[in-house]
Amino acid sequence: MILIGERINGMFRDIGRAIKEGDKKPIHEWAERQVKAGADYLDLNVGPAAEDPVKAMVWLVETTQEVVDVPLCLDSTNYDAIEAGLEHCKKPALINSVPADRPKLERVLPMAKKFGASVIGLAMDAKGIPKNAENRLALAMEIVAAATEFEVPLEDLFIDPLILPVNVAQDHAPEVLETLRQVPLLSNPAPKTVVGLSNVSQKCVNRSLVDRTFLAMALAAGLDAAILNVCDDELIDTIATARIILNKDIYCDSYLKVYKGRGA
Amino acid sequence: MAVEVIKERYSSKVGEVVLGATKAEGGTRSHTVTVGGDSTLPFLHFEGEVPNRPVIAMEVQDRIPDWNPVVKKPFEDVIGDVAAWAEKCVKEYGADLIYLKLASADPELGDASPEQCAETLKKVLEAVEVPLIVVGSGNDEKDNEVMPQVAEAGAGENLLLGVAKQDNYKTLTAACMVHKHSIIAQSPIDINIAKQLNILINEMNLPLDRIVIDPSVGALGYGIEYTYSIMERMRLGALTGDTMLSMPIICTVGHEAGRAKEANAGADEFPGWGDLAERAVMWEAMTAAGFVQAGGHIFVLRHPRSVELTRRAIDQLMKK
Repeated sequence: MILIGERINGMFRDIGRAIKEGDKKPIHEWAERQVKAGADYLDLNVGPAAEDPVKAMVWLVETTQEVVDVPLCLDSTNYDAIEAGLEHCKKPALINSVPADRPKLERVLPMAKKFGASVIGLAMDAKGIPKNAENRLALAMEIVAAATEFEVPLEDLFIDPLILPVNVAQDHAPEVLETLRQVPLLSNPAPKTVVGLSNVSQKCVNRSLVDRTFLAMALAAGLDAAILNVCDDELIDTIATARIILNKDIYCDSYLKVYKGRGA
Repeated sequence: MAVEVIKERYSSKVGEVVLGATKAEGGTRSHTVTVGGDSTLPFLHFEGEVPNRPVIAMEVQDRIPDWNPVVKKPFEDVIGDVAAWAEKCVKEYGADLIYLKLASADPELGDASPEQCAETLKKVLEAVEVPLIVVGSGNDEKDNEVMPQVAEAGAGENLLLGVAKQDNYKTLTAACMVHKHSIIAQSPIDINIAKQLNILINEMNLPLDRIVIDPSVGALGYGIEYTYSIMERMRLGALTGDTMLSMPIICTVGHEAGRAKEANAGADEFPGWGDLAERAVMWEAMTAAGFVQAGGHIFVLRHPRSVELTRRAIDQLMKK
């Protein structure tokens, strides 16, 4: 399971302010805390309020790399910002993200190849997010084909089937789970799958419970990676337990502790 | 068209454990023995490394054991003197290690004192130059008195001491910590307990490269297949990054095979089973052969002929 820490995002007030004021401290703190909690990647998002997203992204990349050495996940719809960020990444990064929209694929995929970066491909196009699994998979296939065309290895491609808040788009969750099951059938080698977990619980009550219930179901459907709150202990315990139930890790009474200490 | 051999690539490997210590390292052994380190399933040389050959430890006891006379026969000149017995195993039969069982510590089998057991260890250390494995009598309460003193008497020798179990590991682990020995962690043919016990021992700060797993092997006809599949799963765990199951494995084959009815009943009782002398040896050798292929690292054997057969099986499997 690849865990992508979501916390360094300009949408959070402390990070937004840190970016605006050039205050490194909150960035350093969240970078270290998330890596300690087991993040494999750190998502960096300058937020909608940044005056100069290109400059802000470069600053975030450099500031984060001052204290941790995990690879970064550059999260922006501004591809100039991502490209500028990639130039400063010490390790192969993850580009978050590109939809199945030809002009955008033509912009992002050559950039991924140039920098050896992985890419998150969104199962949506210029018309929006499909309602069912079948159309999500069709768009995922377009991304797979484009990745092949632009020589991005399929092992470096992550498909995000796009989960929507369950309080407004309840009918999407079963379609997302079905999409997760079928993405591995698209190609050999197969692309990986990823979700932006907290989207499922936007403006719901019991957010943390909704997140971890969906995560357990997604893991059963074969999910490989998630952008999530790695500092949510119960969420991490849910992953550890799901891995035991799915027979991915060998059970022992201290399994929660073993999973938390992984890689340490 | 040439056939393409499909190879698995693993992210991790079995850990290595070093047994014994030379003079330079604070001990008195002529050499050390390293076990483990495999980066593939057993003996798939085309796929990964098998850097250390599996080794054979010969079992000796500090009292005349009630083994089958067939198994005791080769030792009849030395069986009353554990040091001479150990020496014969090394000099005559080429044992890589000596497995010393302090059976006489058992309150019902002589009740030897901790001091007497420490003396026994010293005698055996003087008689042979190979690294030693030392285990208690099997009586937990008594072993908890005996083993700390044995550990102290063997300080510097980097012994492999046993056995720690889920409900009795703290005393032995502490003794290994203080006197810098390695430990045998035994579980009852149960991979989950094996993993948990390794974690518990490691939580007392004994490093993972000083733990050897004893999965409790079953003999041929008595659950060998259960142990086989557990060892296979442990190996797959070790190869895919489960560090708490990545230790080398010790198989107490002589003890298990020696308990089997087929290794003890005479031909008069079961005419169809053939000569006991050969059958008893073969039962041990065949059990060992199974566990060599399952990926064991240390084989504890009794009879010289089964030692020879097991060594031959290892030779063949180590050929690239």
